[in-house]
Amino acid sequence: MVLAMEEIRMKKLSLLVFMLMVLPLVLAACGTAQECPQCPACPECPTCPTCEACPECPKVAAGGQIVAAVKARGKVVCGVHTELLGFGYLDPNGRNVGFDPDFCRATAAAVFGNSEAVEFVPLTAAERGPALQTGEIDLLVRNCTWTSSRDVQWGNFVGVTFYDGQGMMVRKASGDTTLEDLDGATVCVTTGTTTELNLADAFRSRGLSFTAVTFEDTASVYSAYEDGRCDAATSDKSQLAAVRAGFANPDDHVIMDITMSKEPLTPVVPAGDDQWFDIVKLTLYVLINAEELGVNSANVDAMKGDANPSIKRLLGVEGSFGQEDLGLATDFAVNVIKQVGNYGEIYNRYMGPDGLAFELPRGQNELWSDGGLIYAPPLR
Amino acid sequence: MLQWVAQIVSAALVVAFLVFFVRNVLRAAQVRGLSLSFDFMSQAAGFDLPESPISYTPADSFGRAFLAGLLNTAKVAVVGVVLATIVGTMAALARLSSNWLVARLASVYIESIRNVPLLVQLFFWYFAVYQQLPPVRESIVWPGPIYLSQRGLYTVAPVPTANLLTWLGFVAAGLILAVAAHVVLMRRQMRTGQDTHYALISFLLLVALPAAGWFLVGDPPLLTDEPVLGKFNFTGGLRLTPEFAALLTGLVVYTGAFTAEVVRAGIMAVSRGQFDAARALGLSSGQTLRLVVMPQALRVIIPPLISQYLNLTKNSSLAVAIGYPDVFFVGRTVINQAGRAVPVFAMVMAVYLVASLATSALMNVVNKRIQLVER
Repeated sequence: MVLAMEEIRMKKLSLLVFMLMVLPLVLAACGTAQECPQCPACPECPTCPTCEACPECPKVAAGGQIVAAVKARGKVVCGVHTELLGFGYLDPNGRNVGFDPDFCRATAAAVFGNSEAVEFVPLTAAERGPALQTGEIDLLVRNCTWTSSRDVQWGNFVGVTFYDGQGMMVRKASGDTTLEDLDGATVCVTTGTTTELNLADAFRSRGLSFTAVTFEDTASVYSAYEDGRCDAATSDKSQLAAVRAGFANPDDHVIMDITMSKEPLTPVVPAGDDQWFDIVKLTLYVLINAEELGVNSANVDAMKGDANPSIKRLLGVEGSFGQEDLGLATDFAVNVIKQVGNYGEIYNRYMGPDGLAFELPRGQNELWSDGGLIYAPPLR
Repeated sequence: MLQWVAQIVSAALVVAFLVFFVRNVLRAAQVRGLSLSFDFMSQAAGFDLPESPISYTPADSFGRAFLAGLLNTAKVAVVGVVLATIVGTMAALARLSSNWLVARLASVYIESIRNVPLLVQLFFWYFAVYQQLPPVRESIVWPGPIYLSQRGLYTVAPVPTANLLTWLGFVAAGLILAVAAHVVLMRRQMRTGQDTHYALISFLLLVALPAAGWFLVGDPPLLTDEPVLGKFNFTGGLRLTPEFAALLTGLVVYTGAFTAEVVRAGIMAVSRGQFDAARALGLSSGQTLRLVVMPQALRVIIPPLISQYLNLTKNSSLAVAIGYPDVFFVGRTVINQAGRAVPVFAMVMAVYLVASLATSALMNVVNKRIQLVER
């Protein structure tokens, strides 16, 4: 009898614990939906009579929900690399720096006039797609290659910021110079990348055999290569140059003079908000046009008085190039250039002759007017 | 009455929660235009896998890549469970040993390994142990020949010939005779009380017949395929990759320490009187352990041991950190290359769930058989 009572008491207790665990979950799920009036994601839906009514809103809205969310938050949430010298890494103070994070800063400067209004989210290569698809980030700037299937599945690709190609790094002592020399080699590569697929394509198309050793973590890939687990490591040439610069003996390794693929590195925004897509595109156009027009962070204030109408328009002194339609300040470009610099300044800050990371000649990434591929539509 | 109400309310809450959860996923997928279909599994994968128990090339489908990952998980889990049981039992016996040094060493092993996170240990095994072996051109050579280097362990592989089938007949005969001898001799021992050495005799039969057959069939039934060092690496032969070795070592050492404590608890649960009685009957210490203590200890050992086996299987998903292509690793790659997160995660979760439930069911059968029969 005593035992039975004990049993019932235990059952009651476990039920109580269970309800305490489950109820908040259910309530929380409902609660967020009902708090829709405060939810900036759907301004078209002022009242939410039921849990079900609200989440439909984003479908009806033509766009603007990311812009509204970004403005409500006061920050741009930006997915970046944290382990790739030059492109996205941490400086000794733990600050996210590099070619890619600076583009996040430029976007924040465009929207808020403050380049530090950015929340950086470190992502591995394999996490990029899901982060965009779920809307966890507002912007992905993480040396991400633009491909057709990613364009369909991941979101909208803004515009190429860096023209890259896949290369192959080997030990200098091996004397290998072509892919044919690498028949039967073991190659280290990051999983979830286009380079992983290109590697297989390049060897298969030449009828060569290889073994891939793959890791999700970029640092592990090159650690395994440097230790000798692999005969070669493959990635975008810029990444190989960055990694080689960080090796204990950089001169023992060479990047072979071959290009296995086109790798247009491009920032990406989640699908569904044209306004946000346009804002980020316009930021990129401002950076490139500023370099073309000779406007940089040092001379931006002086340039306001320049006679060139294109410069006047860029700096919001005269005319417009559509920035007001997107809800940006007329002179937002001044903030961007003053706080982050133009395209060339960003490039040189990390990879120029006196760059913080390592030196990488601009090559294809010169402006179109200097024989390169960097080209932006006119601001008009 | 109150109990009934409580049961119904809790059941309703569970159902409501599940319904909410599933609807939320479906709705989110619809809003974001994500496809939940599994059709993509038949598309070409395009990526290579470092190792696979079945033949796999980048031209094969995502589905086959997933299957290769699944088999890699099964491989490491099965081998890991067997080895962890052996290591755990030995460590437990060592810790219970009356030899001070042996007992101390076992304590140090168990306590230090149980208190360091498994992921840290895996990185240690992979980068600090297996990657520090000599480069492939300076491989350590052991008789066999066995080549040991950063690229893994290479050794000769058996290649079957036409005589294999005949020889397998000898193996089967050896097996049948061994079982028969075991049964007959053990019965006689039980009847007469005289030691018939049944274990030894059946073991000899098991070994001697196949050994004799090897020479009687003429040409050897198995040839050897030796690994040959090419420009970059060994080709041919049997290969054990450092990724697999590091994962297996990490899992076995880690789970072995936990298993040791489970086994020790089981042995300690057998009352001291059982030891003393067995020794008083004249059984040796080995016999005491095998015939008296272990059958009773197993009842206590098996249930917690099941959860150790499940832990090992689930922990194998940490392979993603050291580049061993298990089902979770391949799943992550498929998610990224095919852009389908929800279906692939559902598959990966289903794999671990089925594996765990199957292990549980199997071990519960074993548990039933060894339980004390109460009348």
